[in-house]
Amino acid sequence: MEIRPEFLTLVLACALATAVPRVLPLVLLSRFALPPWLLDWLSFVPVAVLGALTAIEVLMPGGRGFALQAAPLAAIAAAFAVAAWTRNLLATVATGVALYWLLG
Amino acid sequence: MKESFPQGARAALPVVLGYLGIGFAAGVVERAAGMSYAEILLLSTVLYAGSAQFVVTSMLTLGAPASAIVPTVFFLNLRHLLLSAALAPRLSGVPAWKNALLGLQLTDETFVVASARERIRPAWMAGLNVAAWSTWALANLAGAALAGLAGDPRALGFALPAMFAGLLVLQLRGRAGVAVAVCAAAAGLAIQLLQPGPWAVVGATLIGATVGLALKRWKSAPNS
Repeated sequence: MEIRPEFLTLVLACALATAVPRVLPLVLLSRFALPPWLLDWLSFVPVAVLGALTAIEVLMPGGRGFALQAAPLAAIAAAFAVAAWTRNLLATVATGVALYWLLG
Repeated sequence: MKESFPQGARAALPVVLGYLGIGFAAGVVERAAGMSYAEILLLSTVLYAGSAQFVVTSMLTLGAPASAIVPTVFFLNLRHLLLSAALAPRLSGVPAWKNALLGLQLTDETFVVASARERIRPAWMAGLNVAAWSTWALANLAGAALAGLAGDPRALGFALPAMFAGLLVLQLRGRAGVAVAVCAAAAGLAIQLLQPGPWAVVGATLIGATVGLALKRWKSAPNS
């Protein structure tokens, strides 16, 4: 139950390297009025991130090469359907996990 | 109040479910790599980054020096620049120290929950962050403690892609949004195929958001 000194140094250095890109844009850009084109561009970031993350998680589980598997494909299709039908995030997640667990 | 700290914590529920599964898996491999409970608690609360923790653990196991691990983590987490920038307009006028604290706990998953709102109140985001962060640390410790005797936590991990799909549907407004999501998905898959690693999401986001901006500008241009 102890922390090795070199491990502490490593974690602190990694945390600093992670904190800079997490904090800096939020602190700096929230202080200025951004130009309209940049606001528009930034407004598309969430949908782009979601599209990329979902596609990679479902079609490339493990992150290396395509792997088409029945459980994630069926579960994500059900999640999309439930989301479009109910517009309820929790119902969507519950359906996806349940189907993935049943088929997996 | 729909924007209070407890409301934010409640909005974190899908993230909490996903982190239970993934954090548990992280704890299992961290313990297997020889970390003590105190070290796992330190790693999961101070670094607090799923993919980076897996990378640190596997590089340590391979005997990599800190001079190789730290830059790898930096480039892996550089994608947060875009997420942090995208939240900035929704948190304008908030004191810098509050935004700094909120940014420290930014993850892909808390970002997608927070970005579903036009304006974000700091207390709401703090509730979201703290719920996700404490779940992550507890799941890491549980994985370390129960390594070997628990079942497969991967089904819970599917809460994350299911949540991404749900938020995608809720956030899509108009055809430009659909085009952005499809372009980003295709770009992400192509980049991931050529160069597995953290650049797929960054590249896909740059391409997707630029396509969105071009479509919006083209549509709103005066028809002369």
